[in-house]
Amino acid sequence: MNGWRRSGATVMAQLDRHEAAVLRGLVAQIDDMLRARAAEAPRDELAELTGIRTGPATPPDDPILSRLLPDFHRLDDDAPDQADVDSAAALRSLHEPELLDAKTGVAGLVLRTCPENGGKVRLSLEQAEGWLSALNDVRLALGTALDVTEDMPDELPADDPRAPHLGVYHWLTWMQESLVQAIAGDDI
Amino acid sequence: MSTPVEQKDSQVEPTSADLPVEDRPWQTIVWNDPVNLMSYVTYVFQKLFGYSRDKATQLMLDVHHKGKAIVSSGSKEKVEGDVARLHAAGLWATMQHES
Repeated sequence: MNGWRRSGATVMAQLDRHEAAVLRGLVAQIDDMLRARAAEAPRDELAELTGIRTGPATPPDDPILSRLLPDFHRLDDDAPDQADVDSAAALRSLHEPELLDAKTGVAGLVLRTCPENGGKVRLSLEQAEGWLSALNDVRLALGTALDVTEDMPDELPADDPRAPHLGVYHWLTWMQESLVQAIAGDDI
Repeated sequence: MSTPVEQKDSQVEPTSADLPVEDRPWQTIVWNDPVNLMSYVTYVFQKLFGYSRDKATQLMLDVHHKGKAIVSSGSKEKVEGDVARLHAAGLWATMQHES
């Protein structure tokens, strides 16, 4: 892949077979995790009658999911204010279903528009913005799994178990940066 | 970030600091994290809030260098919506009462 380029309202890139497989694999995994979380949402007759969905009130145990679905308040003090704890639970319950929809929506968009065997990807600006969110979610997930820090080296020592995966993370970073530039162009 | 110019007007308006915490306006805070790209964060601030490139860049730099920035403020409903949209974009955002 040589990066994204924009022509008018179309944003394009060429992915080879291996690149497409890696990207699709990661996006599909995150999509699965998000859908499993959505399936945990409490179901009750009232919600089905009113159509008002409620999500879980507690954050996910999994660190990747919890980074993708953050709390509405900072609760990482040793003794967070009880009012904040209660409010965060209520806000999560209220907003999480919609957030899960947004994230599985952009994951699905990538899976529909990225050819399985690689090839040309042609996106509208709106689709390109969806890809940007999806790529960011994949980098957040991988960054959390690899315990990425701000000054992450290009390569880790060979005996570090994360070493083989860091290249994928850096590739995704480069691809996202290229997509931001293609979409925003001179505007940013 | 810039600070408001001090009012020369002698009229003393009640400031939110005089209000009980629960009556003060809400703020949307974005926190630094090691994954989100500087260019992407700037883009999100422009896109979600309609900020100029300069303002969005300054807020992004505050997040990067100071660890956090207040990116919007207002009623609970407004700030709640802003935090939800920032979460959808993958930024680490929370809300709190103005201190």
